[in-house]
Amino acid sequence: MIEARGLSKRYGPTLAVDGLGFDVRPGAVTGFLGPNGSGKSTTMRLIMGLDRPDAGTVRIDGRAYHQLRRPLCEVGALLEARTYHPGRSAEKHLAALAAANGIARSRVAAVLDTVGLTDVARKRAGGFSLGMAQRLGIAAALLGDPAVLLFDEPVNGLDPQGVRWIRELMKSLAAEGRTVLLSSHLISEMALTADHLIVIGQGRLLADTSVAELTAGGRTLEEAFFAITGSSAEYRGVAPAEHRRQP
Amino acid sequence: MSAVRTGLPVGHHRFTFTHAARMEWIKLSSLRSTLWALLATVAGMIAIGVVTMANTKAPGADHVDTFDPVNNVLAGIALGQMIVGVLGVLVMTGEYASGAIRSTLAAVPDRPVLLAAKAGVLGLLTLMVGEIVTFATFLAGRLALTDAVPRPGIGDPGVLRALVLSGAYLAMVGLLGLALGTVVRHTALAVGLLVGVLYVVPAVFSGLTGMTVAKFFPTMIAANSLAVSKSVAGCLSPWAGFAVLCLYVAVALGVGGRLLVRRDA
Repeated sequence: MIEARGLSKRYGPTLAVDGLGFDVRPGAVTGFLGPNGSGKSTTMRLIMGLDRPDAGTVRIDGRAYHQLRRPLCEVGALLEARTYHPGRSAEKHLAALAAANGIARSRVAAVLDTVGLTDVARKRAGGFSLGMAQRLGIAAALLGDPAVLLFDEPVNGLDPQGVRWIRELMKSLAAEGRTVLLSSHLISEMALTADHLIVIGQGRLLADTSVAELTAGGRTLEEAFFAITGSSAEYRGVAPAEHRRQP
Repeated sequence: MSAVRTGLPVGHHRFTFTHAARMEWIKLSSLRSTLWALLATVAGMIAIGVVTMANTKAPGADHVDTFDPVNNVLAGIALGQMIVGVLGVLVMTGEYASGAIRSTLAAVPDRPVLLAAKAGVLGLLTLMVGEIVTFATFLAGRLALTDAVPRPGIGDPGVLRALVLSGAYLAMVGLLGLALGTVVRHTALAVGLLVGVLYVVPAVFSGLTGMTVAKFFPTMIAANSLAVSKSVAGCLSPWAGFAVLCLYVAVALGVGGRLLVRRDA
């Protein structure tokens, strides 16, 4: 369970997240939908405690991220494609993370197998394609067998088989009773994967509803999405997420 | 929620410094660049020490009092400090450049503990390498001396202290590099600042005001205070120089830690 309340974050002149509040419940895939630059990634970063909110709180099973005792065993996150050193192998990257949270070393081989990277586990991860990088990120998210999972644009760079694999993985994780938050700007993907939807635009909550409700009356999810987001006309002028790039 | 069986270990105590240090050790030891940097430090310092000693002439009668072959043999510190300093910088900036900092902080959100773990692992590794290389350089350089020059021994006054402190100096430059990397988070800028602090600024000061100010810079402390068996006039004494360096490292890591906690990752 993730609970966000009155979450706001400003980067310089840009208000990236603006009074955002929502719950992400266990046992379902919750889609986090919004155009590029709408604040999805920022919200994920706030959940993870990477950035500090200017206002509001976000709790994971009642606690802030930094209060978690073994964070990787409670929350798993695929934040952005590459969150590993290019000179290190996938195996060592995961082994380091496992050591940090006292996770059994056997989990490393297990998650590498789950994501299909066993054959390249000892190669320098710097040579990985975007799709392999995504798989390594997912392996890291699954490493601690956490009850809460965050995936930021997980299908980026994946081939059709990979996309389907991710979709089935999300659904099976939710079916096991886990909390799954899946961000994407791909409406078609959401229609196939998500049970519940949180739609944001310009950092504000636009809708918090089930996919079934949104598409009631024969509307496609895409039509529903534009009906919700189209009402805020300033939309297209939103700065892209570039301002979050690290030096 | 409680239906989910997760990987949370039984009793699940909070992660500790030891966990974070284990992570940092795996990260540091799994990069080939670490091995190359340390090998280059060892090979470079021994080679410079041997060459310097082979070219060291016996002192004239008026120089016997200040003649200090220990200082000559450790000339390679000027090179070794740069390699170890850059290694320290990369321990932090490498994480920002690659994006790995996000997975690191996801695992260890307690940022002071993270920096302490990085400092502990880097400091211990470079201390060990530093001590090994200074003693190896001394022994190799000693053999390279011509017979005309009096051969220094480890038991001679001040020699053991010079070797031990010089080895520790390398670890301290590594930690200064780590702190610089933490403050500026950008490899090129941090390395540039390191070059400035180690070479450029002290050279400028020594040109302008002699040792008055320059004697407080790390490179000058290493060359004139630590790597000497006889104190050099106008410079800090060995232990005063060592204390000043300890102070620099503590302040730099303190500032780095503050910024690491306050800033968004």
